[in-house]
Amino acid sequence: MNLLEFEGKRLFIDYGIPIPEGVLSRGGLSQLPFGYPAVVKAQVPVGGRGKAGGVRTVNSGAELEAALGGIIGMSIGGHRVEEALIERMVEGGGELYVSVSVDRSKGRPLLMVSDAGGMDIESVPEGRILKEWIDPWVGLRPFALRNLIAGLGIDSGSSGQFKAILQGVWHLFQDMDAELVEINPLIVTKEGRLVAADSKVVIDDDALFRHEELKKSAGEMTELERKARDAGISFVQLGGDIGVIANGAGLTMATLDILAARGGKGGAFLDLGGTDDPEQVRRAFLLMKEVKPKAVLINIFGGITKCDTVAQGLLQALGDGSTDIPIVARIKGVNEEKAVEMLKGSGIKPMLSLDEAIKAVVNISSGA
Amino acid sequence: MSILIDEKSKVLIQGITGHQGTFHSQKMIEFGTKVVAGVTPGKGGQTVNGIPVFDSVRAAVEETGAEVSGIFVPAPFALDAAIEAMDAGITSLVVITEHIPVQDAMRIVSLADRSGVRVIGPNTPGIASPGKAKLGIIPNHILKKGDVGVVSRSGTLTYEIVDLLSRAGIGQSTCIGIGGDRVSGTDFVEVLELFKKDKQTKRVVLIGEIGGSAEEEAAEFISKGFTKPVTAYIAGKSAPQGKRMGHAGAIVSRGTGTAEGKIKALKAAGAEVAGTAVDIVRLVKRG
Repeated sequence: MNLLEFEGKRLFIDYGIPIPEGVLSRGGLSQLPFGYPAVVKAQVPVGGRGKAGGVRTVNSGAELEAALGGIIGMSIGGHRVEEALIERMVEGGGELYVSVSVDRSKGRPLLMVSDAGGMDIESVPEGRILKEWIDPWVGLRPFALRNLIAGLGIDSGSSGQFKAILQGVWHLFQDMDAELVEINPLIVTKEGRLVAADSKVVIDDDALFRHEELKKSAGEMTELERKARDAGISFVQLGGDIGVIANGAGLTMATLDILAARGGKGGAFLDLGGTDDPEQVRRAFLLMKEVKPKAVLINIFGGITKCDTVAQGLLQALGDGSTDIPIVARIKGVNEEKAVEMLKGSGIKPMLSLDEAIKAVVNISSGA
Repeated sequence: MSILIDEKSKVLIQGITGHQGTFHSQKMIEFGTKVVAGVTPGKGGQTVNGIPVFDSVRAAVEETGAEVSGIFVPAPFALDAAIEAMDAGITSLVVITEHIPVQDAMRIVSLADRSGVRVIGPNTPGIASPGKAKLGIIPNHILKKGDVGVVSRSGTLTYEIVDLLSRAGIGQSTCIGIGGDRVSGTDFVEVLELFKKDKQTKRVVLIGEIGGSAEEEAAEFISKGFTKPVTAYIAGKSAPQGKRMGHAGAIVSRGTGTAEGKIKALKAAGAEVAGTAVDIVRLVKRG
């Protein structure tokens, strides 16, 4: 879950990371509790807001009102801007980059710093990025901080602040179950003070059970995706007209790939996961109904999710009107015989071959 | 092949009294696995499928000599279960549990590395050597003894492909799911090293998916002297960028982790890459 910039900065305050003076506004603001110039920034959970015109510098109350009028309500990456963060412009002598992320191949947290702040880190040459991998049981040790400070050439006047900021970023990462905490840029003012001009904090969805306070944050999902999350179903909307309900992410992706290879277009990706609750299957159909596909393909390979559970949920969905879309079902694996027996007379004849099921659903969607 | 477990391994199931633990421990016994103990705190003294249940891993290990553990406990308790197992001297852990926080997974992997413990998973269907034993949830009836080693990041997609292989008369030496999360205890390269040494394994089916760079690392390993034929499939060619496709690890971000990149790397390393999951059998048969 991507936090908004101001949400990340609230956490920065808790962890002793300095941020600029700022106020949050939903529009109609013409006076600031601090001086100009100021920066007005759209609060959206996706990147690219600068290019989209969601960041503007203002020098007066009139400019502020005009900028807010333009930014509030605009759409960036499919997200309507509801709020803007207005901050006092920080005059910088230099810009640094700091982040802690999950290094998937090493299986460890990775602390990265660079003197090339303000750029997308992906475009910074490797030679200008310093890295320390942190053992989660050991934490961020003084030797690692010394290595980074020496490597960046931070002067002694700022090194104490820099150490405190790195420790803050590390503790925030660990305490808040983040996947990423990024400050880009970390501004070095002419007086040698360090200030986090931006924040990017991504929280691990799987750890939200430990962070009830964050569950309210909207994140980058569409409304349907949010409904699905609340139901414990992983759901992604795609462009096409065939809905796919499967169990297991790999199987769902592979099913969409075969659909594409046979000329069909996936309209939504819905992974039941390892559920053993028929109600979950019914909820999946309710979600799918809102996507309005021309046909639905169910592809189940029973393991943790048993075939008879799926059949039971499917019968419930058919019985109470949770679904009214043509369905092609392919149900295999644990308790498949039971499922076939249960679905007799329901109008749905489960197929065993995935290839045949995909041909059938592509035929329905293309009107053949 | 007997990496991790064989018919002699003494297996412990953590979370055995839960719905999944009970169901799947029975299936493991039917498959020939020597399940010697279960653990659920507070439920010691009970039996499940004839297996004694203990309150702690330490007690289970002392009484039964269990050496390998399968973790079936809910995600919020998985970190503690894994630490308890390592503390009690378990040498290999198969973490079936899905949705474990990534910070917990990193702690498990770090402690395992230092303790010399092998971890498979998290979020894995487990491991099965047909004719010998299995630890996990791969359905028994789709497995068939043979000489193909199967390694995968997925669960149900592995079943699909193993089922297709078995129906075509192609048996398996060992099937291993390395897990669909961002951080895994054992990666493709480590499994390929084991397949390389294993005499029973004559060829390998590698099932990857979008996200991360595990397939690229596997390709590099293959190009450096892995001589057994490899047939690969990468799921998620039709997935949009930036969307998490069900698995925590299955996400294409900033143009990295794409199916195209992985397919290219594997082809360059000499692996055959199937266009769709159902094409794998044809390629394995031909080879």
